[in-house]
Formats: sequence, structure tokens, C-alpha cells
Amino acid sequence: MTTAAATARERTAKAKPATMAQALGRALRDSMVEDPSVHVLGEDVGTLGGVFRITDGLAKEFGDERCTDTPLAEAGILGAAVGMAMYGLRPVVEMQFDAFAYPAFEQLISHVAKMRNRTGGAMPLPITVRVPYGGGIGGVEHHSDSSEAYYMATPGLHVVTPATVEDAYGLLRASIASDDPVVFLEPKRLYWSKADWSPQAPAAVEPIGRAVVRRPGRSATLITYGPSLPVCMEAAQAAVEEGWDLEVVDLRSLVPFDDETVAASVRRTGRAVVVHESTGFGGPGGEIAARITERCFHHLEAPVLRVAGFDIPYPPPMQERHHLPGVDRVLDAVARLQWEADN
Amino acid sequence: MTVQELPGAAAYRPTPPPAWKPLTDPAPLLPDPEPYRVLGTDAVADADPELLLRLYSELVRGRRYNTQATALTKQGRLAVYPSSTGQEACEVAAALVLEERDWLFPSYRDTLAAVARGLDPVEALTLLRGDRHTGYDPREHRIAPLCTPLATQLPHAVGLAHAARLKGDDVVALAMVGDGGTSEGDFHEALNFAAVWRAPVVFLVQNNGFAISVPLAKQTAAPSLAHKAVGYGMPGRLVDGNDAAAMHQVLSEAVARARSGGGPTLVEAVTYRMDAHTNADDATRYRGDSEVEAWRAHDPVRILERELTGRGLLGDDGIEEARVAAEQMAAQLRERMNADPVLDPMDLFAHVYAEQTTQLREQAARLRVELDAEQDQPEQHSADDRGTGR
Repeated sequence: MTTAAATARERTAKAKPATMAQALGRALRDSMVEDPSVHVLGEDVGTLGGVFRITDGLAKEFGDERCTDTPLAEAGILGAAVGMAMYGLRPVVEMQFDAFAYPAFEQLISHVAKMRNRTGGAMPLPITVRVPYGGGIGGVEHHSDSSEAYYMATPGLHVVTPATVEDAYGLLRASIASDDPVVFLEPKRLYWSKADWSPQAPAAVEPIGRAVVRRPGRSATLITYGPSLPVCMEAAQAAVEEGWDLEVVDLRSLVPFDDETVAASVRRTGRAVVVHESTGFGGPGGEIAARITERCFHHLEAPVLRVAGFDIPYPPPMQERHHLPGVDRVLDAVARLQWEADN
Repeated sequence: MTVQELPGAAAYRPTPPPAWKPLTDPAPLLPDPEPYRVLGTDAVADADPELLLRLYSELVRGRRYNTQATALTKQGRLAVYPSSTGQEACEVAAALVLEERDWLFPSYRDTLAAVARGLDPVEALTLLRGDRHTGYDPREHRIAPLCTPLATQLPHAVGLAHAARLKGDDVVALAMVGDGGTSEGDFHEALNFAAVWRAPVVFLVQNNGFAISVPLAKQTAAPSLAHKAVGYGMPGRLVDGNDAAAMHQVLSEAVARARSGGGPTLVEAVTYRMDAHTNADDATRYRGDSEVEAWRAHDPVRILERELTGRGLLGDDGIEEARVAAEQMAAQLRERMNADPVLDPMDLFAHVYAEQTTQLREQAARLRVELDAEQDQPEQHSADDRGTGR
């Protein structure tokens, strides 16, 4: 192929928007090309390419020893990954669906999270656990849980969740390269979200642990991550009509938590709403609200509010729209912030 | 009941299912009905006298190690000790059959196996003393951390052996678990993965009769724990766990099989835990003296000693030599364990992540202030506060 033809092909590729699913797939592929110790394993990740097709083509390109269809057993998959990491490999495990990861919790909490600590730093485990999570795709029971609070409560794990196509690539690359275990939460309702991002063009690797301001504003800060980012961006757009100029912070990483970016934003705006679809009670929002209160109390014009999923088991798909926080619920919370400020 | 045929309609005739036959002939995978023995049988004629003598000295040392560690719990030097007294043949054989490049995956009761493999006895005891979770570098000794959750180390052994094979290394992993652990899901998943992947792993189940207080009959309805292997497609071997020569032979064969690409083996060692589950347990609540006494007659140290003396391979001098060596080891262990470990509380934050998070740095700074304040007021602490948290 001539250089001109290659350039032309790249231009065509650039013109076509890519999905988050494609970005994740390319992150896996690029990691496997660069580092022979990267191995992908899980149920259906090989021949089928994963039920969401994230691992599509990897088994064909790298062979089934690098991209392995395992027996159907999550504790076994993650437990085997521990042993593989002990021997110097860099396993990337797929858990297929959020609630399917629960059988692997003991491996995750007792071993994956603690091995570095148990061995006084002698044996770190560079394992990435990919967990498609959250609702909004019409999945039936056990296919829509938001389990991030369980992972956040476990020292030794990084907990990362991208909300954009670029971050899906950049954060997954960083997670696989990390010498610490990372629970990589993939917002499955954003798998088919698109961006002008070429799977062929160079892409940035994003360091873990930095939140980003997606939209600057002055009236209040919406703090969110993963599947709720598009909701917050839409709410911020709609709020303009009410005369509210909302700032939107995308956390990207729940552990480590970027206190600096969050506190700096809230100090600027004086008001904050935490938005996520996980349950509110005992959920991430409580921790985030407490951290904001501890750091920004004298800057706050109103209590930090939470807009979360209801404290119910994830509902059947025909009812999930009532559970998931939408634009109206976010705007309602913002309105309450204003009311608190007026009194 | 008859099938009523509608007039004019073709009768439904079920077609036979496509031919199916078992993927593997189960017969060669089945364990023998009786535990395999060497001592006191014709098979002992083939045993290497050098090996038997080596096993004997290790058993004597191992027994002394168990009694010394138990004594250290009474002196408050160990927080807890799950004794392997009565099971020394399993522990020693598991260590001796491995090459240096192989890996051992012990459970919490298998400190002795780690020591028999060459690990410093004090480093092996840090978990049970309570100063460090793991007092050694697992990669340096190729001994995984002593595992407290049941059977969760078994999938690790499978993954490590699988990874070694992928890298082209002829490394074998030997994983130890108790009879209670075979009821756990991780036991099942590990065996299944190992068999499907043909991973070079040996699973050693020490069936010592009880999972704390629950006897085997309430643990499983399987004919034997070794029979469980058949369902996974790997051979199961049943062996007398108090017969060091039989243990060594069966495990050696399983290791050789794994190393040559033959896949995993499940070995059930039938043995008995002479002591309670740990020093904190009262075994008289769930078993009688007569049962314990019956097993005492089949003590692993005693039956090997009888075999060796009976064949003229071991005399009073040899017995005394082994006893003195064991006593020296115990004296050294006692002396070293009587020294207080030096702990740096700041290490609490050192190994949570590769790089400390901002949150951990803040918490470490807070502890630093508290420690500095303690330094300024040493008289507030009692003289016997050894900093072990007990």
C-alpha cells in the first residue's frame, strides 16, 4: 500500500465515528501487541468475541492462549488470573455482566486486592477486571447492577469508569499497564455511544486518578461518572434556559478519588449535586458528599445533594426508566439547591 | 398408555438422539478402594533407604517443630497455631517432591511444608505471630502466602502452572487443602480449570477427619475425596497419609505426570489431626479418646521408625542424631521467637498501592503525628506492650 493510500484510508477512518466498544477493543489489542505478557481471559471472549464484542478478533489475531475462553466460573477465572499474575503475566479478565462478578468477590477481595499488602510489596498483582455495569439496556434481572460501592470499599483496588470513547481507550490502556489491580467498570449503555475518534489514529493513554471538568460553569457543580455523564451534560444544557450555568465534573476514577478537582470546582460554584445510578444509601454519593463537606464547608451555599437510583433492587427492564436518574431529576435537585440558597 | 394415531396423520416416532459416548474412560481415573501403603508391605523393598532415612529425620524435625510452635502459643509468642501433628508425612512429602523451580501453595495448616521446603521457620510463622501477613518473598522461595480462606489458593496454583506452561517452563504447582476445603466452590473451579487446561498441578487433600468439628461423613457423601477427581477428568489417588514413603511415591508420580504434560492429579491423603484444630479449639467436644488413641498407633514418625529399625537401617545412634538435630532446631526457634519483632507502623500504608493515593498520604501523616506524640510521652505505655497488637 502506498503512503498516499494509507493516508487516504486513515482520513476515511477518521471521518467515521467510533463507538466506545471499538475503543475498548482497540485498547485491548494495542496492549497485547505492545506487551506479550498481556492475556485476556473470560467466558465467551474468544471465538464469540464477547457478548458485547469487545474482544472481537483477539483470539484470531493472538491465538487462544492469549485470548482464552475459560470454563464458566468467575471465581475460577479471577483465581486463575491471580496465579498467572504471580508468574509474571498481566491478565485482563472479563466478567461479562455486573452481577456475574459476585461469585468472584472472595478472590477479588481476599486475594486480588490484598496480595501486594500481604506480601509486603513483594508480589503486586497487575490484573484488570473488566466489568460491564449499570442499566439502561433493557437487561433482565442480574444484568444491570451498579456495584461500584462494593469495589470502592475494598482497599487495594483501583476503581475506574470511563464515560467517553476517548477515555474508554485511554483509561483501559492505563489500567492494563498499572502494576495494581484495577476494577474497570464499563458503562454498558454507553458501549454504542459514538465520537469522532478513529480506531486507526494515535490515541492518548489517560493516567488513572484524575477527574476532568467536562463543562465549565458558575452556578453549581454536577459530580458524576460513567453512564450518568451524558445525563448530566444534557441537564446542564437544559439548565441554561433556567439561567443556571452548571459545571460538570466527570470523576473517571472512583479510587483513587480526585479530591483536588472536585473541591476546586465546588469552591468555585458553592453548590454541588452528585449524580449516579447506583443506589443512594451506602452508595458512592454519600462518600463524595462527605468529602466535599469536609473540604468545602465554608464555600458551600447549600447542602450537597445526591441524585441516585432508588434504594431498591434493580427493577425489571420495563420499569427501569423510573429508577434511573434522568435529566428532570437532576434539574429538580439543582432547583432545590437554589431554593436552599435563597433561604 | 397407547399412542392414539389420528386418521390420515403420520404417527410421531421419536428419533434416537445422536450417538454419545463418554469423553474419557473413567476406569483408569478411579482411585484404589484402599489407601496406598508402602511401609509394612512388599512395596517397601523397592524404596530407597537413603530417601527413607531422609524422610525420617524430616519427620522427627517436623514433629518437634509442631510441638515447639504449640508451646509458643502458650507463651503468648504466637497468636494461634494450627498444628499438623500427626500429618507430618503429608507436609514433608509435599515439600520434598518439588524441584526448586516448582511452586508450593500451602493452606494455613501447612507451615511445616513451607519449612520443610527450606523456608526460615521464623519467616514462616509471622502470619501466626501476627506481625506480618507473609514474612517472606513468595517469588524468592516459590511458596505462595499461607492461605487462610479455604481452597481459594487452588485456582492460583492452576493459573500459575498454566502461565508457566505458556512460557515454556516445566514448572509444577502443588496445592494443599483440607477435607473441609473440598466442599468449597473454589475447589471445584480449580480442579475443573486444571483438567480443562491440562495444567501441571497436583492437588493434595489432607483428609484429617475433621473440618474443625465437622466429621468427614457430614462433609461429603462421595465414596472418597479422591473419587471427586473422576468427574473432572483427572486421576484420583488414595494414599495412607501417615506413610511417608507412600506419600512421597504417590506425590512424586503425580508431579512427574504433571511435568511431562499429563495434566493434574488429585491425591487424597488419609490422615488424622492428633491435636485440636488450633490451640483455641477443644477437640474433646467432638471426638473421643479411643479414636485418637487408635490413630496414635499409626503415628507417621513411629511407623517409619519401626520400619527402619526393623530392617536394620536405623539404630539408637541414628534415632538420637535425629532427635538432637530436631532439638537444636527447636531451641533456635524458641530463642528467635522470644525476641520482639521490630515493626514500623508506617509500613501500614506502604504496600496498599504501588503509589500511595492522596487519601493514604493524608492518613499516614495523621498516624505520624500520633506516633510522634507517643514518643514524647513514653511513660503512658505499659512495660509489657510489645507492639504486636495483643
